[in-house]
Amino acid sequence: MLGKTAGGLFWMFRYLERSENTARLVDAGFRMALVRGGDSSEEWASVIDTAGARSAYLSAYDSFDGARVVDFLLRDTGNPSSVLSSVETARSNARLVRTALTREVWEATNEAWMSIRDSLKRPVRVQDVHDVLALIRQQSALVRGALHGSMLRNDGYDFARIGTFLERADNTARILDVKYYVLLPSLAQIGSSLDNMQWETVLRSVAGQRAYRWLTGGEIAPMGIAEFVILDSRMPRSLAFSVGKLAENLGYLEQDYGIRHRSQEMADSLHAQLKGRTIDTIFEGGLHEFLTDFLRDICSLGIQIELDYRFFG
Amino acid sequence: MAGTTRFFDEMLGGDATAREPYRDYDGWFRAEDIARLRRKSDEAETFFRRTGITFNVYGADEADERLIPFDIVPRILSGREWSRLARGIEQRVRAINAFLHDIYHRQEILRAGRIPKNLIVHNDAFLPQMIGVTPPGGVYTHIVGTDLVRTGEDEFYVLEDNARTPSGVSYMLENRETMLQMFPELFTRIRVRPVSDYPTRLRRSLAASAPSACEGKPVVAVLTPGIHNSAYFEHSFLADQMGAELVEGHDLRVVDGRIAMRTTKGYQPIDVLYRRVDDEFLDPLIFRPDSMLGVPGIFDVYRAGGITIANAPGTGIADDKAIYSYMPDIVEFYTGEKAILQNVPTWRCSDPDALFFVLDHLAELVVKEVHGSGGYGMLVGPAASKKELAAFRAKLAARPANYIAQPTLALSTCPILTKAGLAPRHVDLRPYVLVAPDRIDLVPGGLTRVALKKGSLVVNSSQGGGTKDTWVLED
Repeated sequence: MLGKTAGGLFWMFRYLERSENTARLVDAGFRMALVRGGDSSEEWASVIDTAGARSAYLSAYDSFDGARVVDFLLRDTGNPSSVLSSVETARSNARLVRTALTREVWEATNEAWMSIRDSLKRPVRVQDVHDVLALIRQQSALVRGALHGSMLRNDGYDFARIGTFLERADNTARILDVKYYVLLPSLAQIGSSLDNMQWETVLRSVAGQRAYRWLTGGEIAPMGIAEFVILDSRMPRSLAFSVGKLAENLGYLEQDYGIRHRSQEMADSLHAQLKGRTIDTIFEGGLHEFLTDFLRDICSLGIQIELDYRFFG
Repeated sequence: MAGTTRFFDEMLGGDATAREPYRDYDGWFRAEDIARLRRKSDEAETFFRRTGITFNVYGADEADERLIPFDIVPRILSGREWSRLARGIEQRVRAINAFLHDIYHRQEILRAGRIPKNLIVHNDAFLPQMIGVTPPGGVYTHIVGTDLVRTGEDEFYVLEDNARTPSGVSYMLENRETMLQMFPELFTRIRVRPVSDYPTRLRRSLAASAPSACEGKPVVAVLTPGIHNSAYFEHSFLADQMGAELVEGHDLRVVDGRIAMRTTKGYQPIDVLYRRVDDEFLDPLIFRPDSMLGVPGIFDVYRAGGITIANAPGTGIADDKAIYSYMPDIVEFYTGEKAILQNVPTWRCSDPDALFFVLDHLAELVVKEVHGSGGYGMLVGPAASKKELAAFRAKLAARPANYIAQPTLALSTCPILTKAGLAPRHVDLRPYVLVAPDRIDLVPGGLTRVALKKGSLVVNSSQGGGTKDTWVLED
């Protein structure tokens, strides 16, 4: 497979994953703002931070107004990570690698682009936010479904999956990092309804609120949430799950090509480190420090994959 | 002239009953509800959008991907009509390949005085770098798209021999797919010869032209200028359907005397490059130095027999409009037979007598640029205003050698579905011919282009033309 094609698949699925995660983030922020009432600019500021877009946002606006933030994250083409930009980039990568996609995957991607672009033509009205976010999640699920149902399990599929999980690991770690302070054990805050909402926002951003409740029998505790989102390998958006999948898919490439690259070493060691940690040791060393290291490792892994598989010249 | 002539119609004969090839279709159509067909027609558009069969328009907004309008009434040819066309096209394509070999080697046809020497050596389409180069298997034009028009029951003319990189074959294939999805019942009633194996045949034909440097199964790749090219959809479509890699210049480099592509496992040599990049952009070391679309050094590798380039560089000299008028001589010179397909009478404006005649009859003629394509820069006399005629007259007088003129042909019509039912529109036909060292292969069908504007004779998609599915009947 061409290096360019491998790179195209990798980025196509990174951007699809990003668009879905951004939609979830908006969903969580929107809900928080609704439930709290009053001034929610602090909440929206943290949503912007999670999306890694503070400086881009502040160069265009000077206050964190809900409608503006939503517009910036969903449809601002000046924001390269907005849902609209992400879907556009995903689709142009799909065009680039059209020969490596089945007709089903290509058509699902093309339709996702057409329908999302259509729904984001005009600023989204408050009463439509829910439907638009549902559409974005649904369209990305259709692409994923087509991928699973129709693609050959070869290197192309591996690169698509690696892109997906690298992005997911990055996004989940960011969500935690922005909210890490609400997860720190602190006697003063325990039990307030504000905390409950903050915790719920974290879970909602990773689509884990229901699963968490089932697993814990309805008991919400900050450390438990951190453990669930970082270490629980049953949880499909957790760091442990994403890194496990990264190592697994890189392993398939290693088998397929008969070469072990540095990226495999890095993914395996990252995976082993996570498996060896408990939530207590993570908190002891500092949650923020842990997440900072993790984000740095994920970023280096992405760069190493690009080099190992010759995405560029 | 155009207003008064009765045009030959592909569907309806002189007495307004269906011609033989349309008999079954006509029976089906009459029993159909027009409103349902109109709905189907709209569905077709959704289908094309979803599939992404679009083309980019140069100069338009980058995000603007347009659809070529599709009409649901097929253009139908009988098996008998087709086999005569096929013989004529094969003959012509054989002659073109012999001509190209000759013109880049001994130039017998010039020595024999059948074509003026100046017309070749001073022609921009003639590539001196190809002199003495014999492409692998001796094939110059691996793919040809011959443009045909019809003026009567048995009157077909070749309008152009597209011997460089003819496009549009993806529409031939997708139009058929669309028809099969929309009207399966039609295909159970009428036996239409399939076209869907074109990509397989293309791959086989290209592989058969692999260079001697090829070891084992030939590796075929399609070279595209990239996703912003107007025909990118077709490039990716053909690569996908052939199971070939779709490469751009920056994916390729010279490695050990071969052209190799950068894969996830390192550089891998390519045997046959189906390029959809023009000659002048192929190799910045030999042609345009500013080209980013080609591969530095590819021409040397080619000359040394390290790769097959399809079509070969320099084939443009065979479809040059100034050469066109000599085609009957060319066919006769190389095949020893009379040309089966007719040429449109052509006045070469470089000739003073011809120029005089053309200027005198401008309002009746079609005038084309010698190197033009896509319907740009041409004058359709009968449809032009006084002002347009005057402006063109000045251009013609200033650079006569740049133009040829032809009579305005009474192009046949074929019905399209409009809001008011069927209405006749002018059509042409482009079949696709595959040339391998051992055989010439024609897929039964082609691309029918249709001028959607009433009375218009310009069928090019860049000028508002549409397409139709083309059926060759099993008879």
